[in-house]
Amino acid sequence: MSPDVRRVDPVAAAEVVVEGAIPVSEVDLAVSVGKLRLASPVLTASGCFASGAEIDRFHDISDIGAVVVKSVTVEPREGLPTPRMAETPSGMLNAIGLQNPGIDAWLARDLPYLQGRGAATVVSVAGKTVEEFRDVARKLRRAGGVVALEVNLSCPNVEHRGLVFATDPRQAAEVIAAVKREADVPVLAKLTSDVTDVVTVATAVVEAGADGLTLINTVLGMAIDAETGRPRLSNTYGGLSGPAIKPIALRNVHQVHAALPDVPIIGCGGARSATDVVEFLRVGASAVQIGTATFVDPFVHRTVTDDLRRWLAQRGITSPEELRGQVEAW
Amino acid sequence: MSGAKVRVGQVMGRSDPSLPVKAVCEVLARRRQGAYWMLSISAPEIADRAEPGQFVNVAVEARGALLRRPFSIARVSKQGPFAGTLDVAFDAHGPGTEWLTTLEPHDVLDVVGPLGNPFPLPKRKVPCLLVGGGYGTAPLFFLADRLVRDGQRVDLIVGAASQARLLDVIEAKRSSASVTFTTEDGSYGERGRVTDVLEEVANRCGSGVVYACGPNPMLRAVSEKCVELELPVQVAVEEHMACGVGVCWTCVVPIRAKDGAVRMKRSCIDGPVFNGAKVAWEESRYRSGPAVPDEEPDEDEAPGRLTDADVWGEA
Repeated sequence: MSPDVRRVDPVAAAEVVVEGAIPVSEVDLAVSVGKLRLASPVLTASGCFASGAEIDRFHDISDIGAVVVKSVTVEPREGLPTPRMAETPSGMLNAIGLQNPGIDAWLARDLPYLQGRGAATVVSVAGKTVEEFRDVARKLRRAGGVVALEVNLSCPNVEHRGLVFATDPRQAAEVIAAVKREADVPVLAKLTSDVTDVVTVATAVVEAGADGLTLINTVLGMAIDAETGRPRLSNTYGGLSGPAIKPIALRNVHQVHAALPDVPIIGCGGARSATDVVEFLRVGASAVQIGTATFVDPFVHRTVTDDLRRWLAQRGITSPEELRGQVEAW
Repeated sequence: MSGAKVRVGQVMGRSDPSLPVKAVCEVLARRRQGAYWMLSISAPEIADRAEPGQFVNVAVEARGALLRRPFSIARVSKQGPFAGTLDVAFDAHGPGTEWLTTLEPHDVLDVVGPLGNPFPLPKRKVPCLLVGGGYGTAPLFFLADRLVRDGQRVDLIVGAASQARLLDVIEAKRSSASVTFTTEDGSYGERGRVTDVLEEVANRCGSGVVYACGPNPMLRAVSEKCVELELPVQVAVEEHMACGVGVCWTCVVPIRAKDGAVRMKRSCIDGPVFNGAKVAWEESRYRSGPAVPDEEPDEDEAPGRLTDADVWGEA
């Protein structure tokens, strides 16, 4: 890969000297998500980073804490018809329908690329049945460069709500137990906020063996054209993402962290800046996924990582882990 | 996104000239063009790397608007007094594009580009017919300039609903050997659609290849007409896209591969230029497109029709 061109305004980039600040070089961004050790708490979000090669055209993806790839299923999937996207205030709806090349093609084509780039890879695993999740996990055994599996129990764009495993604690636990039996790396359960009590589901998947949780997936939503009366997505419903859902994501992370303080959580939902990352850490996350913001700025992970390092240095904080769960009560 | 103030001249990206960059650019001019708007921006790194058919993705600051807006590149100036500038044409039909109409010279724009695959250029001398609909004509001006520079004959068909929606009539005349205008209301040029005149123009100009850009129903009609006339056709599609860089999978187009199977390809990174004969127009939402004129095929086929392999060197 060619070196970077990066012409930055020296005035805008100048260090602000604050009392109590430490040099940026003294900040160590490495974090632990349970047994998983990551070089940075800034990760990509599944479905927002394709296979990795697309963004590597802009900057080195190996600088990112972990690349969480688009969900992979046993068989290839063509996904849903267009329109698949609708912009909404401070967010967007999508209904892609888990388009992916299937685990065999992914292993043959996408994984070698990520290995070659030296990216820590988290594979998002999806399926329609417990067996499908299990089969994908089985094929991922001994896959070099894969540091964790993220079990997508919560994609909203499936044929019926019964397929959103994370809406039912028993079904969610069954999938996690099946994946856990196959996996040789930590297993994360990605849950949805579209439930009455997220703590119940979180408890069930942790008891089934989940090593950590990713909170949250997109929130089920809808948009319709006032004039034509036509839904703006071919699938009628879609997943809402972007800054619009950040408060929902923060609330979920906070609730689950309060109930299960020892369970590692990866925050996800609307984060797009270093301060967003800090907010997720404070409510209990160990790492944070940045998803929809990638669509707006292909450099967002790099920029947020640099800004986070500066933010911590200016406050004399050497590790993002110091912030985990640091909520000041009223 | 970053706390740092955005200043003109910031560029981020790889030094490889085949790859896109992100640049903070200065607006040079904004002007009305019939029913549309034209923006000229100073973006040296992007202009240098741009090829006809590629697009830029522009951040907008309209209230509540999150995503960038994609625009095909209408022209770049790589040399001369306006070196390093590029033009985009757009229709103000939403809060993002409305915001763009309020920009003044010296305002700053955050632009990612050039994105997407350019129009493939003929590997041999062949008269080229360029067919544009509405503001979709924009990238064809850039393409026409390139083809003319390469010594190709360029003929244009420019169509729209009405005269005001024909993009830049003067520019169309300047950049081509001949231009045929069509309007659906007959307010300028021939009354009708571009496909009503396509066969006659192609025969008159001896066209060997067709390039088209415009609304998808028009691209479907043009592609089907070209298949019937056995003319190689390349189309630049317009699909709703969230990211423009290949990661969101929203802008897919059904493409029929050699094995006959239809696959959903991303128009931002696998396109926006596709072989019009390979787009599975009947799939998905294209089913609702307009009926294609059902004319008898020309019986005495012009000699020496070029195949895709002749023109693009495909296997």
